Amino acid sequence: MTLTMAAVSYRYAGAQVNALRNINLSVEPGRVVGLVGANGSGKSTLCLCAVGLAPNAVGGVMEGSVRIDGLETSKTPIYQLAQHAGILFQEAQTQITSGAPTVWEEICFGPRNLSLPADEVIERTWTAIESLRLTDIVGRDPARLSGGQAQLVALAAVLALGPRYLVLDEPTSQLDPLGTRLVGETLARAARETGVGVLIAEHKTDLLARLCDEVAVINGGTIVTRGTAADVLSDPSLHQWGVAPPADVALRQAVVAAGLTWRGEWP
Amino acid sequence: MVLVVMLGLVAWAGVFRRYLPYLIATSALLVSILLINTFLYPGATDRIFVLGPLAATGTGLVAALQAALRVLAFATSVALFALTTRTDELVDDLERRGLGRRPAFILTTAIGTVPRLAERAREIVEAQRSRGLNTEGGFRARVRGVLPVAAPLVLSALTEVEHRAMALEARAFTAPGRRTILRAYPDSRAQRVLRWGLVLLTIVLLVSAFSGALSSLP
Repeated sequence: MTLTMAAVSYRYAGAQVNALRNINLSVEPGRVVGLVGANGSGKSTLCLCAVGLAPNAVGGVMEGSVRIDGLETSKTPIYQLAQHAGILFQEAQTQITSGAPTVWEEICFGPRNLSLPADEVIERTWTAIESLRLTDIVGRDPARLSGGQAQLVALAAVLALGPRYLVLDEPTSQLDPLGTRLVGETLARAARETGVGVLIAEHKTDLLARLCDEVAVINGGTIVTRGTAADVLSDPSLHQWGVAPPADVALRQAVVAAGLTWRGEWP
Repeated sequence: MVLVVMLGLVAWAGVFRRYLPYLIATSALLVSILLINTFLYPGATDRIFVLGPLAATGTGLVAALQAALRVLAFATSVALFALTTRTDELVDDLERRGLGRRPAFILTTAIGTVPRLAERAREIVEAQRSRGLNTEGGFRARVRGVLPVAAPLVLSALTEVEHRAMALEARAFTAPGRRTILRAYPDSRAQRVLRWGLVLLTIVLLVSAFSGALSSLP
């Protein structure tokens, strides 16, 4: 049981060139896979393909195969896929439904759609709220949250769906260091304790270094390298792909470049 | 009579102060109804007074008052409903009674969209002002300021539609079956009797009006 992308190429409707080319990637339960790349490299498109929103909802043309726990995404209704793989978009505010009067009701929107028993909806909602420490804002209007709060609420709403895989498109882009650490801890706990597989697209390589089992670099719609987080994030080629290495790697590279001897350890 | 009952209910519900903005919003329509009917009622000859080329007529004044009171009664009933009923509770209860998830969502979102668009418009005005746009002062300056505010407001709303549609799909909105209902609202026997009684009364009045029975009343 995995989320597998095999030889996936994708072109948006009306586009002349492919946004993704020959992507091969898999996310196993309990594992965290990071995805880094410059702006426009194809991270968001890969996330949309990974959960079946592209091409099912977005349109366009996809070649190759994306399977989530054996379900071929191109042949499975999105509501069914949503129970297997949840996605968090880059723009958290557009993920808020704009119909719910409170954060609590925003988070329980997904479980209610699945027609689960009321007790289970309530339990899932509170579990997601507590995991991201949102208890203080459950009564707030979701449309009036700060960017960081909206991002956490949107993530909680995805967690409440109880998917086996999480696909997160820059989930900490609007968060401060504390919020970033909280998201990192929550994802690590979800992977460790509940066996959720996580695919996380991020620019914050410090977070990926702490969180990920594996990291892939995407450039121009193609995965150019992948491997363990330690190996990939210390690759000297990261700069040429528009990716800044983690702070300690950058420091080590600066020390070595200055002709000094590095005595630290990775990470 | 309907208006008197409505105003009584407004006072009883304790929302009179919040009702006033609705009244002010309706006033422009009421004034135009009164003026047009009083001065321009077709075929009326019973002049009350003359104002330049226009003559106010007694028939027109009576028709104007009738129309204005009907509009006021309607506006008051809408205001009373809006001021005493929470949208989410209304939609929850409608869903519990069998309303589908799509119409329920459209109803909730449509009502919630207006204040959110107003909020967005305010943000855009502030952003444009910070870039030197003059949105205050005379009529001309205000008109000139409309386009730089309206264009990004409409365009941003349109570009969000695709994202929001995807977000709904990703949150299983299109799943079949009824959504889980989490709340049940008290519905006493008196409320049920009143509700069905009003429906019955409406039907009786409609049938009477169409059959001509109402016009034969003294």
